[in-house]
Amino acid sequence: MASTLDTPVARRLRLVKHIIIVCSGKGGVGKSSVSAQLALSLHASTPHARVGILDVDLTGPSIPRMLGVNGHGVHQSSDGWVPVYADGRDARLACMSVGFLLKKKDDSVVWRGPKKNAMIRQFLSDVRWGELDYLVIDTPPGTSDEHLSLLEHMAPVHERLSAVIVTTPQAVALMDAIKCLSFTRTVNLPVLGVVENMSGYVCPCCGEISNVFSTGGGQEMARQESIPFLGSLPVDTELVTLLDAAEPEEAPDAVESGEAGQRSFELLQRYQKTPSAALFKNIVDAVVRTLPRVEERLS
Amino acid sequence: MLAVQAPVPVPNAINDVPENAPEHCPGTESELAGKSDACDGCANQEICASNTPKGPDPALPFIRERMSTVKRKILVLSGKGGVGKSTFTAQLGWAFASDEETQTGIMDVDICGPSIPTILGIASEQVHASSSGWSPVYVQDNLGVMSVGFMLPSAKDAVMWRGPKKNGIIAQFLKDVDWGVLDYLVIDTPPGTSDEHLSIVQFLKESGIDGAVVVTTPQEVALQDVRREIDFCRKVGIRVLGVVENMAGFVCPGCKTESQIFKPTTGGARRLAQDMGVEMLGSVPLDPRIGKSADYGVSFLDEYPDSPATTAYLDIIDRIKEILGDT
Ligand SMILES: Nc1ncnc2c1ncn2[C@@H]1O[C@H](COP(=O)(O)OP(=O)(O)OP(=O)(O)O)[C@@H](O)[C@H]1O
Ligand SMILES: Nc1ncnc2c1ncn2[C@@H]1O[C@H](COP(=O)(O)OP(=O)(O)OP(=O)(O)O)[C@@H](O)[C@H]1O
Ligand code: SF4
Ligand SMILES: [Mg+2]
Ligand SMILES: [Mg+2]
Repeated sequence: MASTLDTPVARRLRLVKHIIIVCSGKGGVGKSSVSAQLALSLHASTPHARVGILDVDLTGPSIPRMLGVNGHGVHQSSDGWVPVYADGRDARLACMSVGFLLKKKDDSVVWRGPKKNAMIRQFLSDVRWGELDYLVIDTPPGTSDEHLSLLEHMAPVHERLSAVIVTTPQAVALMDAIKCLSFTRTVNLPVLGVVENMSGYVCPCCGEISNVFSTGGGQEMARQESIPFLGSLPVDTELVTLLDAAEPEEAPDAVESGEAGQRSFELLQRYQKTPSAALFKNIVDAVVRTLPRVEERLS
Repeated sequence: MLAVQAPVPVPNAINDVPENAPEHCPGTESELAGKSDACDGCANQEICASNTPKGPDPALPFIRERMSTVKRKILVLSGKGGVGKSTFTAQLGWAFASDEETQTGIMDVDICGPSIPTILGIASEQVHASSSGWSPVYVQDNLGVMSVGFMLPSAKDAVMWRGPKKNGIIAQFLKDVDWGVLDYLVIDTPPGTSDEHLSIVQFLKESGIDGAVVVTTPQEVALQDVRREIDFCRKVGIRVLGVVENMAGFVCPGCKTESQIFKPTTGGARRLAQDMGVEMLGSVPLDPRIGKSADYGVSFLDEYPDSPATTAYLDIIDRIKEILGDT
């Protein structure tokens, strides 16, 4: 592709090694929670890994809450917008989301395509991402303006792009996941694999496993479509609570940067205690293993 | 590492003036977008000019005509994805249509992820054109459905459309579909607050939307998007009929103990309804048979008439009718 193009986006992402787009087609299957877990797990994968997470769900941003930085604001520096660091002082987990730009957090963001396009371009070209090993991108459901804009602006770095498809096991979700896969094929975006989320639930009382949202569909889809299966994640109620409540109680202004850092570090520690974290480690291993192969195919 | 400087006021794109716009840009959302003197020579001129409705949309009179025989128009909304909007839309449609005398329509404006055809068990159907317009696909005599899902060459195809094209098809659904005389038109929407939502509201402004049912699940990650959706309804002047809490509790088929999968860490829908001054319509439990029925395209209400979820659905639907003054 047009890798020689020198655009502001290309310049800004020059030092970003891998860009992973998390998408699904269907809403609510766990794109944001998989993105958050991917970022946390990659961050923890080595003591020096530098990870960024960009939330391009412009009308329903979840990442700030899930990473415990809800209510934080973006700061301007001479070199562009400074992302919010979920790990505070360590500054190895950079986040950017529309959620950081809203005056009131419950305000609806009602934008049509051109405005979304402009915002996404700014996220890619104006944020001081710096040097990153991984940039994880959380996307909204569907295959529309956000996705097309994203791909368009990242054309100059296309050879560093890949996608993870998240689905739940039900037929209605798989149908959209397959549409999403068609999308990746149309835009020539290599797929690292499929994650089957919310696959089975263990009753906390008697231990019986219920397939609350069915099971096995994601794996079956991967087989039929000949794409790698990255793993399945069961319903994890601890994860819901963690991603829900990971918000500082105080007004963000009152939180000093050091304290915010400790807090989020705590978030990672708390995450690592959930049943999901151990399973997710295998997914991250598979992702890291697959990345070079997938990227090579393109260049 | 958090910067010490004052936060930036509000970045550019939030005010609708793109960075590359000339000094006197009227804003991309303004009436004059792409058409003011300042727009001459601006790189965005073409997009801006094509994306703002230029005066009244020429489709409006036709929509008004077509909608004049539709008594009630109800939107099913949620800022959050996957909370059960489409499933609820289907139950609402089935419940209305269970009375043979009640003519019901379901319109699916989720263009990129249409689930309605699958949930209603009519995924392999096609739309036919007649002299009076496109005819809806009928689940039963008094339940007609329209969805992009009926128009795709293959279910695997992605619909990679930007806003204007989505708006175009929504306008067609409203003016070119031969809905006939309807008591209810239930409209399923995609998650978020975007082109589809703006369009449906604009197109139906004159005909009038009777209200919106807002669906959520109990956890805060969903509720925060639902607050935004209610804010949206208020901004555009749509009456919120109430909030439905879905997937509220799960009863283990093994030991019959109820557990919370999506725990209401911040008080759930009830608290949200209170805080935002809207009605809490009811709570539907998580029941795997709902998902299965949807996958097989059968009516959950008919298959499991005695289940707690069916009772919950029917109570909610009765209350909606009551609010609308239809009982
Ligand atoms: N494995 C899991 N077990 C239990 N709950 C989960 C799991 N994965 C995600 N969730 C919860 O399900 C809800 C939906 O997940 P999430 O917000 O990540 O989905 P999404 O695909 O990003 O949704 P949207 O389409 O609205 O952006 C969240 O509350 C999340 O915490
Ligand atoms: N109460 C319930 N119990 C169990 N499963 C449910 C329940 N309600 C909905 N589901 C299932 O959850 C999934 C999501 O529901 P649905 O597709 O209706 O959500 P949606 O809000 O329309 O999603 P989208 O945002 O993608 O349009 C479906 O597989 C559906 O069958
Ligand atoms: S075309 Fe006009 S409205 Fe659009 S960005 Fe340029 S100056 Fe602004
Ligand atoms: Mg999300
Ligand atoms: Mg839906």
